[in-house]
Amino acid sequence: MRSQRLWPVHVVLAIGAAAMIAPFLWQLLTSLQTLGEATHVPPTFLPGWRWSNYGEVFTSMPFLRQFLNTVVITVVRVAAQLLFCSMAGYAFARLRFPGRNVLFLVLLSVLMVPSQVYLLPQYQILMHLGLLNTLTGIVLPGLFSAFGTFMLRQFFLSLPVDVEEAARLDGAGPLRIFWSVMLPLAKPGLISLGVLTVLWSWNDLLWPLVVTSDAGQMPLSVGLATLQGEHVTDYPVLMAGSLLASLPMIAMFLVSQRRITEGIAFTGSK
Amino acid sequence: MPATEPAVAGGSPPPASPTSAAAPAAAGARAAGRPGLARRVVARHGHPREWVWGYLMVAPLALGLAGFYLWPIVQSVYYSFTSWGAFGGQQWAGLANYRAFLSDPQLPKAAWNTVLYSLLLLASIPVSIVFAALLNQVRGRSVGLYRTLYFIPVVSMPAAVAMVWRWLYNGDYGLINYLLSLIGIHGPHWVSDGRFAVYAMALVGIWAVIGYNMIIFAAGLKGIPRHYYEAAELDGAGRVRQFFSITLPLLSPSIFFVSVITVISGLQMFDYVLLMLGRSNPALADSKTIAYLFYEYVFLDNEQGMGCAIAVVLTVVLLLLTAVQFRLQKRWVHYA
Repeated sequence: MRSQRLWPVHVVLAIGAAAMIAPFLWQLLTSLQTLGEATHVPPTFLPGWRWSNYGEVFTSMPFLRQFLNTVVITVVRVAAQLLFCSMAGYAFARLRFPGRNVLFLVLLSVLMVPSQVYLLPQYQILMHLGLLNTLTGIVLPGLFSAFGTFMLRQFFLSLPVDVEEAARLDGAGPLRIFWSVMLPLAKPGLISLGVLTVLWSWNDLLWPLVVTSDAGQMPLSVGLATLQGEHVTDYPVLMAGSLLASLPMIAMFLVSQRRITEGIAFTGSK
Repeated sequence: MPATEPAVAGGSPPPASPTSAAAPAAAGARAAGRPGLARRVVARHGHPREWVWGYLMVAPLALGLAGFYLWPIVQSVYYSFTSWGAFGGQQWAGLANYRAFLSDPQLPKAAWNTVLYSLLLLASIPVSIVFAALLNQVRGRSVGLYRTLYFIPVVSMPAAVAMVWRWLYNGDYGLINYLLSLIGIHGPHWVSDGRFAVYAMALVGIWAVIGYNMIIFAAGLKGIPRHYYEAAELDGAGRVRQFFSITLPLLSPSIFFVSVITVISGLQMFDYVLLMLGRSNPALADSKTIAYLFYEYVFLDNEQGMGCAIAVVLTVVLLLLTAVQFRLQKRWVHYA
């Protein structure tokens, strides 16, 4: 009886799900057609199995180079954020020192300012350091995150105090407690922040757009953005390239679905 | 790191470690003259040894945020009161940039586009609530499948997503116009027609954010106690009635959170203007947003002072709107 009452629910959910992935199916279909098939009216709903479009992605833009750039940028940002945000998050959550609350309020105020406000001065800093058009430059501001610190502080606050208390009675100092007791306990929070940072970094557009003009130093997001403004109107190749660019994030999501959803739900509840 | 950690830990002799019980006693003995004050300071701020660790652990992040965020914010505010020479010098210009911005002929259209986009984006909230509530009824393996499918647009790269939608919206070969032609409608060139481009972008924005909102609503729905529904059922309330009398009110904290972040992200909309329209699009003049104006002034037109004034105004508007939302929440948000 229960399943009988549920079928309208499934129908609505299935329609919604179809609307969510239809664009991707169309993208996949087009990516396997010739330009002639793709621009045929009425449209052809059969793939042409033209796998060479995917090969052409690598020759019509420095795809591999930009892919590796994106990987490097993302790995460095994630590693730095996990280290700096967890240290600061722990200190804000558990250590007492004068000025802690003021510092934390300042951190929250950074969180509320839109990125347009610091974009130009950040650009100038890179210019003065001679880091425009370099991976180092792209990575630099994103090593530090007010959001990540806030998130991990909330996570540390939610952990029980007694384990820490026991370690302290055993004579462990704050650094030792942080590193060997609290960090292992905070693993779910760290993983959540990690995957959210990967997602943000991989898809980030505005900042790398303004600091790179050299195609060899761009991440994929900027590479695709400049590509479609230009000469290329070869839709099948564009579709193949954009599919390849999104694929790593979709794969990561499929693997770490629980962590991503937990991370988002966690930020939503605070 | 693990190699240095035992040395550091061993370096601090156990008696001096900031044990919450031992610390006040030690500090109190040292400041024997004014035990009350010392005890109060230690009780509130901890032992000085704890301070050192606190500052050390916060330092890398604090320096990074100060250098790359806080100081730039101060600079931008200053820049908004200056005019920029062709060779980089800045001169105090008072409120000239703000006046120029307010009398900019592009402003009314851009402001309207930004507001319209944000309002349209808010339509994602009821849609997400309905889908989340429906998904909440389903048990078993299909839950994970649905959640995955709804979430894929969220994780996909906006640059890639915009490319796909541009293709779907294509006036001549696009799938959308083909489907419309089947029911006898001759579709326009969606993203190169100034009358439609903002709506076209908003539809993509909604499509891309539904999965994200659903996760927050799903978490909110899980927090609603089952027995509320059981009690309502005993009283003879149907599913629709239960949704409006139990689900919606108890979900209001999540709805509040999502509407705050939706407004914040909507008012900063930039990506799709650049990605779906592009700089040479005939519809661009009619479809610019405030954040796009900022980008244009600062990075394309060398009008940095003006751009910074836009950024400051945008920030003030965002903060005011968020404050208003927080005030209004008392009227409709129920914290169980």
